[in-house]
Amino acid sequence: MANTDAIIGWKTITFGCHVMEPGSSVKFRTGDWRSQRPVIDKEKCIKCGICWIYCPDMAYIQTEDGFFEVNLEYCKGCGICAHECPKNAITIVPEEG
Amino acid sequence: MAKRVGIEVSIALAEAVKLANVDVIPAYPITPQTHIVEHLSEVIANGEVDAEFVPVESEHAAMSCCCGSSAAGARTFTSSSSQGLLLMSEILFIPGPMRFPIVMAVVNRALSAPISIWNDHQDIMSQRDIGWIQTFADTGQEAFDLTLHAFRVAEDRRVSLPMIVNIDGFTLSHVVEAVELLSQEEVDQYLPPFKPRYRLDPRKPITMGPVGIPEVYSEAKVAHNEALKASRRVILQGWKEFADLFGRQYNPIETYRSEDAEVLLVTMGSISETAMTAIDTMRDKGQKAGLVKIRLWRPFPGPEFRKAAGKAKILAVVDRCLPPGAICGPVGAELRSLFYKVPGSPKIFNFIAGLGGRDVTVERFEEMVDKATAFAKKRPKELYEVIGVREK
Ligand code: SF4
Ligand code: SF4
Repeated sequence: MANTDAIIGWKTITFGCHVMEPGSSVKFRTGDWRSQRPVIDKEKCIKCGICWIYCPDMAYIQTEDGFFEVNLEYCKGCGICAHECPKNAITIVPEEG
Repeated sequence: MAKRVGIEVSIALAEAVKLANVDVIPAYPITPQTHIVEHLSEVIANGEVDAEFVPVESEHAAMSCCCGSSAAGARTFTSSSSQGLLLMSEILFIPGPMRFPIVMAVVNRALSAPISIWNDHQDIMSQRDIGWIQTFADTGQEAFDLTLHAFRVAEDRRVSLPMIVNIDGFTLSHVVEAVELLSQEEVDQYLPPFKPRYRLDPRKPITMGPVGIPEVYSEAKVAHNEALKASRRVILQGWKEFADLFGRQYNPIETYRSEDAEVLLVTMGSISETAMTAIDTMRDKGQKAGLVKIRLWRPFPGPEFRKAAGKAKILAVVDRCLPPGAICGPVGAELRSLFYKVPGSPKIFNFIAGLGGRDVTVERFEEMVDKATAFAKKRPKELYEVIGVREK
């Protein structure tokens, strides 16, 4: 969490609390609170992209070979991708430590 | 040129909205507000004003739609009453902090149960803390003038806050009065086009309504509250310019024969008209009674009220709302706070009157003044009394 104490007061907060910068949600690391993560079995994966479509935090990225990878900065571990994968190629495993 | 006509007050108010060249009206009908939006839907259908009328499925949707259209930069109006205002409640708290200058006419009506379509102030008092600027009209002329003033103030870039004009249901909304309707040229002179500070625009995207995490929520709330308090200057300026152009001067607190008064009645809304007659009657009898009317309810004009109360020894404060289990009515409580421990402050007694359309007559006002005078000598058990209620 950013140290807002140091930067925002009621006089300096934006008008109407609007966020004036588009696309700023990339700054919000939704992976912060993850307690489990998806692990993909490339043997089973058919590169359909269902996981990429369903992920609520757009954490999936397609790599050059057509497979999908998770960006753990944003993956919050909700498990939706594992639930939706038609090939059961995704397993949710607990985060260690 | 302005023209003086006999007109139903609801229609006069709707004419003000039309003359304000409104862009969007999302509305849902409810008694006694219906005539206002009915008339506006007609003038839009007739092509008299280039606006969008959105016949929404509920008041909750009406206010949601108002927020969206105001965010997109459209001059937005709606109107509601009673249960309808309560159905809006969830959304009513949103345009204030988000700085959407929506204008709404609230045609005050009692709340169920029991079912009542008649007038009192329970609806707006239940929504007192929604963070809108709120004024009260006593007459048809005021309803017309204050509506134009509301657009002017709400949309001023220094303010950018939603604003309510309250008019009493039936006793004001449905009566035919002589009202001087301003011409389009006159209104255009007073009310500039709406130019919002920010609006939703795909070419310049911004986010409105993000989450307020604990680190910024307090700051956001204080920023809104300070903006509401600071709107006072623009409210006064809006009234002054109105007076300069059209000759009718409005003030946050109005007085009637109050200069040397020992007892002051305090009222809000159309019963003030009857209260003035009561003051005349009492003055004729030699009683030193006067009247103070609250026109601006939020932000509350504390300094102006203190000045208006002058050297009066007793305030007989009328509330049109009975908050169950409270120490006294909302206006009574406001004034007790205002004067608490202020040296030389008046004794304050609170009367709940005119609930659910019960008439408040000249005699009732005289009774309040007499009772307040007696209470000043012998302190009553309760801080308020419900006037005219049958004790049997
Ligand atoms: S677990 Fe949830 S957040 Fe993480 S990649 Fe799967 S769908 Fe996205
Ligand atoms: S949903 Fe399953 S099969 Fe489809 S691309 Fe994602 S991991 Fe592969």
